Amino acid sequence: MDSSSPSAREDTLSALILKNAKVIGSKTAIREKDLGIWQSWSWADVAEEVKWLAGGLSAKGYVRGSNLAIIGDNRPRLYWSFAASQSLGGIPVPLYQDAIAEEMIYVFNDAEIEFAIVEDQEQVDKLLEIMPQCSKLRCIIYDDPRGMRHYDHPAVMSYEEVRDLGLNFIQETPDFLERELEKCHTDDISVILYTSGTTSKPKGVCLTHRACIDVAQGDMGFDGYTDDGEILSYLPMAWVGDHLFSYAQSIVTGYTVNCPESSETVMTDLREIGPTYYFAPPSVFENLLTQVTIRMEDASKIKKWLYKTFMAVAQKSGLDIIDGRSVSIKNRILYFIGNIFIYAPLRNNLGMSRIKVAYTGGAAIGPDLYRFYRAIGINLKQLYGQTETLAYVCKQPNGEARLDSVGTPMPGVEIKVGEKGEILVKSPGLLKEYYKNPQATEESITHDGFFRTGDAGFIDQDGHLKIIDRAKDVGTLNDGTMFAPQFLENKLKFFPFIKEVVCFGDKRDAVCAFINIEMDAVGNWAERQGIGYSGYVDLASKPEVYVLLQTCIEQVNQDLAKDDTLSGSQIKRFLILHKELDADDDELTRTRKVRRDFVAEKYEVLVTALYNDAKECFIETQMKFEDGRTGVISANISISDAKTSQSTLELAA
Amino acid sequence: MNDTDRKLGPTILQVEGISLAFGGVKALTNISFEVKEHEILAIIGPNGAGKSSMLNVINGVYHPNAGSITYKGNVRQQMKPHEAASQGIARTFQNIALFKGMSVLDNIMTGRTLKMNAGFLAQCLYIGSARNEEIEHRKKVEEIIDFLQIQSIRKTPVGRLPYGLQKRVELGRALAAEPELLLLDEPMAGMNIEEKEDMSRFILDVNDEFGTTIVLIEHDMGVVMDLSDRIVVLDYGKKIGDGTPTEIRNNKEVIDAYLGVSD
Repeated sequence: MDSSSPSAREDTLSALILKNAKVIGSKTAIREKDLGIWQSWSWADVAEEVKWLAGGLSAKGYVRGSNLAIIGDNRPRLYWSFAASQSLGGIPVPLYQDAIAEEMIYVFNDAEIEFAIVEDQEQVDKLLEIMPQCSKLRCIIYDDPRGMRHYDHPAVMSYEEVRDLGLNFIQETPDFLERELEKCHTDDISVILYTSGTTSKPKGVCLTHRACIDVAQGDMGFDGYTDDGEILSYLPMAWVGDHLFSYAQSIVTGYTVNCPESSETVMTDLREIGPTYYFAPPSVFENLLTQVTIRMEDASKIKKWLYKTFMAVAQKSGLDIIDGRSVSIKNRILYFIGNIFIYAPLRNNLGMSRIKVAYTGGAAIGPDLYRFYRAIGINLKQLYGQTETLAYVCKQPNGEARLDSVGTPMPGVEIKVGEKGEILVKSPGLLKEYYKNPQATEESITHDGFFRTGDAGFIDQDGHLKIIDRAKDVGTLNDGTMFAPQFLENKLKFFPFIKEVVCFGDKRDAVCAFINIEMDAVGNWAERQGIGYSGYVDLASKPEVYVLLQTCIEQVNQDLAKDDTLSGSQIKRFLILHKELDADDDELTRTRKVRRDFVAEKYEVLVTALYNDAKECFIETQMKFEDGRTGVISANISISDAKTSQSTLELAA
Repeated sequence: MNDTDRKLGPTILQVEGISLAFGGVKALTNISFEVKEHEILAIIGPNGAGKSSMLNVINGVYHPNAGSITYKGNVRQQMKPHEAASQGIARTFQNIALFKGMSVLDNIMTGRTLKMNAGFLAQCLYIGSARNEEIEHRKKVEEIIDFLQIQSIRKTPVGRLPYGLQKRVELGRALAAEPELLLLDEPMAGMNIEEKEDMSRFILDVNDEFGTTIVLIEHDMGVVMDLSDRIVVLDYGKKIGDGTPTEIRNNKEVIDAYLGVSD
């Protein structure tokens, strides 16, 4: 670095990059696999790149306070764009690259975007297409020149061109960036992350430098992140988890961020890098496990036997070992042997040999999945947070990872339970405001500074937070018991036979459920049992299938009985729907969430039948075929009872 | 293509009066046409029309009984395949001809063979110039892998890949020779629509980015009409049409050959 007057301030992310360039300048900050080789940039390199880009942007007329759209896969240059914009006192606005045009236009206009830095031709094309509707947009900068040769649109230019402009600009005014940095304040907005509203327009969540730095430091203290850590950044940059983990945390901690070669090579790259910290939504962990299971099916007999035997050992003692509970010498030896033959090679194959801590969050994780990873020695934990709190609310401490809780409040976080069991949070990562939306800000933040999460939950006797449902869905049964439909539905959906569930119970005497079977799993089961069936409707009405599902439900009921708050909401009656709930029939949202009220209305006959003692019910429903035609299907649906278990409380009484 | 005039260069290949017979069977009779630099030329025709034979004549697998080939100003009656290759003619095959047990990377690397100068021993020991050369070649191969977007299968044995991807790898191997003239024998045979779209995109990109001249044989008329600057139509070993896609579409003789003549 050629800066002669070191900036004493370290309270903005851009200042911290300069600090890293001085203190750990030769350490690798970021890697990208290009042409099959991992290319590295040190912190000193990054600081230079950021400076040049910032200079170039400034030369092109990018000014303090304006927003910069960033769209693309995880690429070093796009991460530097965040930093360049921030060092000029601008605000980066990452967007999901698969967002539909309408949503993009909305964000571009809402944030008054003039400059956009994008990954490649695909994004440039998209922006040129929406440009007529985005009045402010005037400069599109692309990273990957492939296919861009014939573009002569005046607004489009390459990253190299901008950087070269910056080089000249900086040569003319060497202390330009330092002066700009001096003007940045820690309470300035550092990033706007748009949350995609399922019902309303996207809202821009404004987060500050202070929030990013405080949260990153809090996490660092909690999980012991060090500057020789490695992470693979492969989740969308517009998502809060990636912004925190791959950007802010990396700058604060100094660990290395690795950008995969392409979205198809993530698994290979994961194995090559062997990250020490890892974050993935439950679906990724599920896919990995499915791959392992499928490959084990094809393995030789001996290997299968070894796998089965030692996985049983792992299930028995692995969880106790990783949680630091006492385990007998014999089981420890068995686990040790298993580790040599199965667990360690398996971890290596998954690219998880070096993982110190892995997190999942954002959706409920299935118990089998959770136990599998922890049992083979991967410290997988859950966290809880949202964009508005910079994903900083609760994490599971080491040794206290439990399936049913999302952990204890992080340092500096205060949690209250409001009306209807809604969780209210005060966090260092709290948003400053919603962008240009004071009304939404007012609605979401209480007068004493707590954020309304919209999730219902409670804190148990060990201080762990348990999330049960979206607050607006939580209701009460007629006897006053709390009824959390999504909680019950998730519990049921963990069974492979069940695809979708809709539970009813608000202002009723008992809980009843509609069930959609998972055709593949149930069909497979039926074949093995020698049960013939002609199709979905036929299979769904088989008495044997009813018995199968009844056992699933009764298992859930037993589980519920153990919990005092929820034991009253056991499922009494259920039926299997004759058709799959479908987004084309408006029964699901496009993101596959059940539209509860719509379903209740559409199938009112069935709901009524569930609550009187009918054994069967006739229904006729319209359905849309994929080609747009509509048809009618009708069926006689049987209704079945499920046994409920006595709660432990009643037993004790 | 509307911007044909902009990109075309001088004639790179000219075939004149080519006739080829196998015993009594006349595969090609007095065929003449020319290919301009940066052009995409399609050869079409019903089965057995002599399309593949024509390609084989161009890259020297078959030796014509009469006629001459002028390639980059050099006139010759026949040439050997390795001569064709060293002069910048590369090709892919109708039936995939890859090393099934080798990885994608190694298969494409074989396309670089002609560019390797280091001695056998030096290559074995990986010393001196052989080492630098290997790095240089690997870089080129990686660029092709990047270009064809097959990074995720770089180390996968070719035999384990689906058909469409194998075709793409074969294109990659042909590209590795950095050809000036690329001969593609039914690059899209047996592909589904999506794979065809991908392949068409790559062919256009090759033509555009590297300026490679392309002669291709293809049956899918939609693809041919969209891709090519010019089309040569063969039937029973004779040329019955030569022109832009629009001209060919309105050529009576061609329509008769494809749809049959009603008497």
